[in-house]
Amino acid sequence: MNQLTEENWDIEITPKNNLFSLGLKDVWQYRDLLVLLVRRDFVSFYKQTILGPIWFFVQPIITILIYNLVFNNLANIGTDKIPGPVFYLAGTILWNYFADCLTKTSTVFRDNAAMLGKVYFPRLIMPLSIVLSNLIRFAVQFILFVLLMLVYHFYGSPIRPNIYILLFPLLIILIAALGLGLGMIISAVTTKYRDLAFVVSFGVPLLMYTTTVIYPLSATIIKYPAYSWLIKFNPVTAVIETFRYGFLNKGSFCWELLAYSSCITIIILLTGIVIFNRVEKNFVDTV
Amino acid sequence: MSKVIRVENLSKAYQLGDFGTGTISRDLERFWARIRGKDDPFLKIGEVNDRTIKGVSDVVWSLKDLNFEIEQGDAVGIIGRNGAGKSTLLKILSRVTSPTTGSVKVKGRVASLLEVGTGFHPELTGTENIYLNGAILGMRKAEIKRKFDEIVDFSGVERYIDTPVKRYSSGMYVRLAFAVAAHLESEILIVDEVLAVGDAEFQKKCLGKMGDISKGEGRTVLFVSHNMGAIKKFCEKAIYLDKGNIKQYDTVDKVINSYTILSRDTRSVYAVAEPADKLAIGAFISQIAVEETSGNRVSEIRVGDSWQIRVTFTITANVKHFIIALGIIDSRETNVRTTWSNPVDITAGKYEAVFIESDLLLASGRYGLNVGLSSYEKAIQYIENAAYINISDISADNLDKSIIRTSGIGVLLNPMEITIYPAK
Repeated sequence: MNQLTEENWDIEITPKNNLFSLGLKDVWQYRDLLVLLVRRDFVSFYKQTILGPIWFFVQPIITILIYNLVFNNLANIGTDKIPGPVFYLAGTILWNYFADCLTKTSTVFRDNAAMLGKVYFPRLIMPLSIVLSNLIRFAVQFILFVLLMLVYHFYGSPIRPNIYILLFPLLIILIAALGLGLGMIISAVTTKYRDLAFVVSFGVPLLMYTTTVIYPLSATIIKYPAYSWLIKFNPVTAVIETFRYGFLNKGSFCWELLAYSSCITIIILLTGIVIFNRVEKNFVDTV
Repeated sequence: MSKVIRVENLSKAYQLGDFGTGTISRDLERFWARIRGKDDPFLKIGEVNDRTIKGVSDVVWSLKDLNFEIEQGDAVGIIGRNGAGKSTLLKILSRVTSPTTGSVKVKGRVASLLEVGTGFHPELTGTENIYLNGAILGMRKAEIKRKFDEIVDFSGVERYIDTPVKRYSSGMYVRLAFAVAAHLESEILIVDEVLAVGDAEFQKKCLGKMGDISKGEGRTVLFVSHNMGAIKKFCEKAIYLDKGNIKQYDTVDKVINSYTILSRDTRSVYAVAEPADKLAIGAFISQIAVEETSGNRVSEIRVGDSWQIRVTFTITANVKHFIIALGIIDSRETNVRTTWSNPVDITAGKYEAVFIESDLLLASGRYGLNVGLSSYEKAIQYIENAAYINISDISADNLDKSIIRTSGIGVLLNPMEITIYPAK
């Protein structure tokens, strides 16, 4: 075999991956699959229902009504002088996007083991499709948020978005990257030993209370000055607070906290990629 | 011809047993060895993968140091017994899992069909699943669109194409799935035994399509099957895997020949347990052997070859009007035939009876043998399924190889007398 043909191999199958290579070129080749998987998730969600995609609205509406009833009226937790439903919806849709990305990504290998064990495609497609199909859900719920904002705007409590609304795309990228990164770490760790999967299933709903979904950050700083750092250092907090600040002009925003969240997110995403790359080639044997 | 696949020192180890608290300490040990840059301590104790014996280590080598090359346009069959590593090899080649050591280099696009209907979503319609499945197998959307009509046509489920596939019969499901896979355009196609699905008509269609791919379109095909007839029909070359090693890589005829010779095991001879009251009953059978007419003991007879059964029996007391009988039953419990010896008066001693089959052509498959000893109408000993005879898919030299002779075409293959002449 001469030098020329040696270089012509298209694929080389070896035991180890390059740790930081994402194989994005490969993913691009399979972009149609990504789109079709997102479509599959979206379509199969409301198959055989009468209301169809309207169900995307039902869950957040009921959630915010109950939050409003329990936390705002019953427990008297303030909402920074923002109307309760708007306040809760802002936190809920962001948190749900993060939590859905995290929990779905963390079981991606196990849920799709049958398919992944029979055919090759870039494994990264699976978590990416989860992030994208949840993004669509988020977009639908975001429309609901805008509608609710407009309703309140015209019925009494005017809402004035400020210039920080422009940070919105960054916030979405941050929260998606955070969910994806954490999910990939957990999915990789749980291929052989599933212990961590239990932690995720009960831990993620509890984690919601460590960030500012149902209460404003300002309230915790006043009430528990000694422990508010715990909530501040949850990287989701900065995202939710910035989102509320941009859209509702209320809430605590500071660049340092956002920068901190971004750094944590980048670290988690990189760690996730490295671990995912390590595992993706052989998980079929152990999952 | 240029090489399209090159496999170098390919090995794959598997860990047996359950994963739990017991395996974590060992994983930590391996991890520690790895970060110090040492070899994995557990791979050193790996054993040959023989599923029938209990080993001391729970790490086995499913594949061990494989080296081979495949040239462009070759159709290569991969044969071997269960657990020989065939599926592991295909999994590595199709990048579903990665080797433990060694490497594979591939030129061109690889499409693998380890299963039909991978990724079919029950809630989606036929059309949606064609697109999804096609994309999973590596097709671009435009490509699927171009071939859509062809795929629907090939599958023959046009009427149901807008119905969710969960309402399909299992046959229709498989038809649609294979139709998508059959229209893949890749330079290399890897096929595991997916053809063992669907009805006879569809199987024939699939085999025909396989033939087109390997012969007509000049693509490289790797094909795993236990159906030697199909392998022989589509492949020019074959790899014989045995316990993770390549035993032979040669032309398909040579490999299949040595495979059938090597897979002949001791089960060509069946020992029969002696009855407890052997002295009282007067006669008993001790052994049954399946042989070629030359006398070689074989566990498998090529379809079309003649064979004989040798029954060893002992007479303990003189028996009048002694008859030995042999019955053949097919796998569906149908009695194919029974044959009796001419009655004789026989004295005590050890005897052998040889039943020669020279005119009945049995289709490939496994047949049970019943043997009986009797005197007048009274049975002395009768044993059901005392031995088995295997008729293999491989045709004897004097048969037309273009016909696949499974029992699906009938138990008896003896041709009728057929004449063809111009009509008046």
